[in-house]
Amino acid sequence: MSDMPIVSPFVPWVPTPNRKRRHVLDLDDFSAAEIIDVLDAATSMKEVLGRSVPQVPILRGRTVVNVFYEESTRTRMSFELAARTLSAATMSMTAKGSSVEKGESLIDTIRTIQALGADIIVIRHGESGAPYLAAQHFKGSIINAGDGRHAHPSQALLDLFTIRERLGELKGLNVTIVGDILHSRVARSNIWGMLRCGMNVTLCAPSTLIGDVRMWQETFPTLKISYDLDAIIPDTDVLMGLRLQKERMQAGLLPALREYSTYFGINQTRIDNLPDHAIVMHPGPMNEGVEIMPEAADSPRSVIEAQVTNGVAVRMALLYRLSGEATA
Amino acid sequence: MNERQIMTADEVRRAIARVAHEIGERNGGVQNVVLVGIYRRGIPLAKRIATAIQQIEGSTVAIGALDITLYRDDLEIRGASTQIQHTNIPVDITGKIIVLVDDVLYTGRTIRAALDALTDLGRPDRIQLAVLVDRGHRELPIRADFVGKNVPTAASEDVAVRLNEVDGGDDAVMITRGAV
Repeated sequence: MSDMPIVSPFVPWVPTPNRKRRHVLDLDDFSAAEIIDVLDAATSMKEVLGRSVPQVPILRGRTVVNVFYEESTRTRMSFELAARTLSAATMSMTAKGSSVEKGESLIDTIRTIQALGADIIVIRHGESGAPYLAAQHFKGSIINAGDGRHAHPSQALLDLFTIRERLGELKGLNVTIVGDILHSRVARSNIWGMLRCGMNVTLCAPSTLIGDVRMWQETFPTLKISYDLDAIIPDTDVLMGLRLQKERMQAGLLPALREYSTYFGINQTRIDNLPDHAIVMHPGPMNEGVEIMPEAADSPRSVIEAQVTNGVAVRMALLYRLSGEATA
Repeated sequence: MNERQIMTADEVRRAIARVAHEIGERNGGVQNVVLVGIYRRGIPLAKRIATAIQQIEGSTVAIGALDITLYRDDLEIRGASTQIQHTNIPVDITGKIIVLVDDVLYTGRTIRAALDALTDLGRPDRIQLAVLVDRGHRELPIRADFVGKNVPTAASEDVAVRLNEVDGGDDAVMITRGAV
């Protein structure tokens, strides 16, 4: 199943075979081999980041524009740092304070940025599919930095990188993704990437936050779903918590945060029941005390800070990968 | 394809031994020398030179690996198709005598990129260059300090170095005539 070319329902353009990659919109069109290529390149990029002068000239003369319609700290700064480390020029646009407030459409904004000479646009948008629309109207490359509930491919790649760095081989590892699956683009991109890499993925959440179980089973026949975190903890190599997305959650999905925390929160007891080698991940930002307890986030099992650091290296690898020929 | 051999395995071995001698002579020993191989065939060559120096001088030289992908000047022409390799120089290069090692010296652009890469990693006392084959056709003011063999070539020809560690089989240096 994992070798079948499955195309996102949003995809409006057909990737040409044997051509180098032009956009990074989700991991659904990445093969296992391409994922491993990106992770290998990111390993070399991490060496650059560790130098006393962390800058290499390869993308001199290229322009990377961050276009953020949704707030973000780590993703935006991470892409900026990645671009600057490769010597690209960077510009940033947030919806607030831009012409978007005067009613400029996404397409017009993308065309404006193109006219200013952008080679790569890194876009975050609240609407699922927005980066695909942008890709149709931009001559350069688009990187999806999170679109609605749909996808967040660079996050999934940095998660895979961090897992491989800590646990070695990806194939055969048991991953448990626990939390607000329904609203999570991080979970969706990770599911694509992890299954492609031969990992076993279990989703764990209250039934109101899992989404459409039949849809999951039809799309990913090997995906497992559980409502009992304690039962699967002893077989978990990678425990990934997701933020309980309060700003998107309609009232009524949960009776109480405290109850959620009791059944699905990552706490010290659950950490103690993990196998000795297991790691705990979280894409951030965290609601400490809700989906993850402070003692869990700070425990030796936690790789949450490594995820942030590794994010820069992975994004460098993506920017380099998209920088074949000049677009202008 | 029209192919002829210009170095045998034995000639490669002798050339490496000679270069190892010259590195010791030029630098009055090898106390401060670090051999840095340029990916890909420069790395096994650097290891072989280090082994030869060990036999001659009786002392160990540090070796490192350098990938110049992120310092190339032909991204517009050749694209990002090259997979980035790991740079790993286990010692601080500041104050050291660095001997860059590569298989073939041609336009000099790889060496230009390697010099930039080294400059980012520290400030060596001196940088020298050792190559197995110098085939001419320089596009930059760069020359090698230690050369295994000078081979006059035409620009339409291709020089291929085969090393057991990378290519399997016997070491050899071949010239192929314009395949296209």
